[in-house]
Amino acid sequence: MKNLISERVADFLKNYPPFNIMEGKLLENLSQQVTIIYKEKGSLVFSLDEEAHPHFYVVHKGAIELNNPITKSITDYCDEGDIFGLRPLIARENYKLEARAYEESILYAIPIAAFRPISESNQRVSNFLTESFASNTRNPYNQTRKLEKSGISASLNAQGNLVIDDFQPIRYTKKLITCGPRTTIQKAAEKMTKNRIGSILVCDNELPLGIVTDKDLRNKVVTGNFPISASVKNIMSSPVITYPEKMTIAQAQMAMMKNDISHLILTKDGTPNGELVGILSKNDIMVSLGDNPAVIVKAIKRAKKIKQVKELRKSIMMLLNGYLEQNLPMALTSKIISEMNDTCIKQVIKISLDRMKSPPPVDFAWLALGSQGRGEQLLHTDQDNALVFEDVPEEQLPKTTKYFLDLSKRVTKGLNKIGYEYCPADMMASNPKWCLSLKEWKNKISYWIINPGPNEVLMSSIFFDYSLSFGNRDLVDQMSDHIFSSVEKYPIFLVHIANGALQSPSPSGFFRSFLVEQDGQHKDFFDLKNRALRPLVDAARVLILSHSVKAISNTWERYEKLAELEPNNKELYLACSYATKALIKFRTRQGLLHRDSGRYIELESLTKEEKMKLKRTFKAIKEIQDLISIRFKVSNILG
Amino acid sequence: MGIFDRSIKYPDYWQEYADLFKQSVPKEFNELTFVVLDTETTGFDKTDDRILSIGALKLKGQSIQVDGVFDVYIAQNTFKKDSVPIHGILNNSQQDCISEEEAIQKFLKYAANHIIVAHHAGFDIGMINSALKRMGLPKLKNTYLDTGVLYKKTLIKSYLVQPKDHYSLDDLAEKFSISKKDRHTALGDAYITALAFLKILVKIKEKKELSLKNLK
Repeated sequence: MKNLISERVADFLKNYPPFNIMEGKLLENLSQQVTIIYKEKGSLVFSLDEEAHPHFYVVHKGAIELNNPITKSITDYCDEGDIFGLRPLIARENYKLEARAYEESILYAIPIAAFRPISESNQRVSNFLTESFASNTRNPYNQTRKLEKSGISASLNAQGNLVIDDFQPIRYTKKLITCGPRTTIQKAAEKMTKNRIGSILVCDNELPLGIVTDKDLRNKVVTGNFPISASVKNIMSSPVITYPEKMTIAQAQMAMMKNDISHLILTKDGTPNGELVGILSKNDIMVSLGDNPAVIVKAIKRAKKIKQVKELRKSIMMLLNGYLEQNLPMALTSKIISEMNDTCIKQVIKISLDRMKSPPPVDFAWLALGSQGRGEQLLHTDQDNALVFEDVPEEQLPKTTKYFLDLSKRVTKGLNKIGYEYCPADMMASNPKWCLSLKEWKNKISYWIINPGPNEVLMSSIFFDYSLSFGNRDLVDQMSDHIFSSVEKYPIFLVHIANGALQSPSPSGFFRSFLVEQDGQHKDFFDLKNRALRPLVDAARVLILSHSVKAISNTWERYEKLAELEPNNKELYLACSYATKALIKFRTRQGLLHRDSGRYIELESLTKEEKMKLKRTFKAIKEIQDLISIRFKVSNILG
Repeated sequence: MGIFDRSIKYPDYWQEYADLFKQSVPKEFNELTFVVLDTETTGFDKTDDRILSIGALKLKGQSIQVDGVFDVYIAQNTFKKDSVPIHGILNNSQQDCISEEEAIQKFLKYAANHIIVAHHAGFDIGMINSALKRMGLPKLKNTYLDTGVLYKKTLIKSYLVQPKDHYSLDDLAEKFSISKKDRHTALGDAYITALAFLKILVKIKEKKELSLKNLK
């Protein structure tokens, strides 16, 4: 019988899949058969290898942790509206995981006997459950398994680089070269040569009869089987294999392999009687596949004009979009995209150098700072950069500085052209304060480290994530060595920079709700950069500085290195590494979606799953901040 | 005969109810069934006021069966206007109303020999006992627990924090962040009471082993 409680259960369930696609009356009936279960924090819902319950579960309040007690790995957290314990619905076997209340929770237990008829009669419901079941066994901390699951590793190893073959539509030759069936072989060959193509279509009344390719000429004519005066009808391959024009590269490759042919004829409806639209050769596929990083990088390196680089940047963005869509591992995506971005910057510098009236008077190094320096910049954001040049005699300094400032102005302008916004704080090599000789830089760094005011801490936090974009590595190494030796002499600097790392506002408030901006342009938006990414980045920097580790500026690589250096904190560092990757991916997705830097996020546009993902990273943030505050005794300078 | 006859003949349903108490209750705390109860009434006077509705649910091993809830509305002979704004129950409104006697009879069958839990249980039990009295029947035989009293047991004893004498169901709902939707319907309040009860048990368990004896 319908009652007040069952109505409440239905009210809740109807907001979440798969119940949201169920008919009202069905849901009403199902809700009446639900059991409401209260679970105190830490209590078991089911244990590993326990006999299947007659229910599966929906979290009404609280959170449930799914884990494998043998490997001690956490598989998933289920939050309000999530379903778990689906195994008995899908397979008649015991539970393969343990479910434990991560927080005090209220669960709705849905009787499988009552639910099965619904899922069996509704394809969408059963699809959702199957997918959900499959994804519940994923492990966000275990990247390798994810790789295997998506079948990515194979295509990685085979080609040495990532090929996103499946989602790209094919690009085919629209200009069709045809001849009639009675055309002589010689005429056809002349036509092919004239048009520089390897095949000719034999048509009768607009309908494709057959095809003659270079191979046919070689095998059937040059061998002497047919004279060049014979008609093409004798040597053409027939009938032609036709396909619809809308196919993906993968489909086209499959079709060629299946029929052992190298050309596909495309018609409007895919049948031999349809209107001809084009021809697709193996070569076309190769060109399409050429949209891979190696090909783009080659093209960038050949660019002679900034404008060409700009065009190629678009392909990089396409590639990025595809990678994200395919959910490739973030570390890999980021590495490839960062490298391509780096290539663009290098090329811009090269082009700018070529336009200078004289070659540089001394060696120099162009540094990428901030997120670009850390190799975490996937979208175009602001350009933060600096230039260091070899020491010159005092009297030469003004002239040398002027040369490099001129160069920097060209480069920053070029970078702006290809899509990098100017840095609003003017932290660019075109600013005389950021275009200095090695000696000047050393003085500046010493000043920051000896007098760590808030400004100095901020400057050094941006600057210390540098990486070399172009030029002489030796200059950069000398700077790094100087930083480490100065920090060693003035360890108090670490406390200040640790304090700085704790200044970022916290990402979540009480009851794990998001804290949104209170005012300004981004009111009610969540500041992903400031509240979630920055604490992780800052923490990694101070920790890696305290270990004097050189040449790792990427945040998750820093955490991985830290995990190696401090095995007792390995778990936390790896969690931070994972959280950083997850957040950057998130920011990139949001940025691509809204065509901005992805920094501010409109919470309402997020799915429940996305919100949950975000929240999970907050735990790592909280813990790393605690670690820093204790390790560097930050409270000492706050008191 | 008369008052010396110890075997007064009660109706069968009462006899069945009373007989259940000859059985022993489960020893394991988790095996116990609790009937969480709330009544909506026309007022607070045990003799003049009447029960408008009884809502109850069964709690066993921390779970509630949604189709196993109890929800009845009682037809009123004397209708007091004052209580309508609180409970929103109108005399002879859409709800299917049954007689007081039928409602009590059903409740006895539902409650059986289980342990009754209610917020300020004394009042709800008292109202039901008054109804039983009108029907010429003895008082409820069930053991009962009061979430108001139990809650006070969970509070820290300190000179700095002076506990209130009286904690309303609203207070509890707020302390335990339980949604107050459906407040002031008998079944809605019973549900809130049930959740509060479960949360109180967790707190008590931190201090001592759960047993019926420890709660009383």
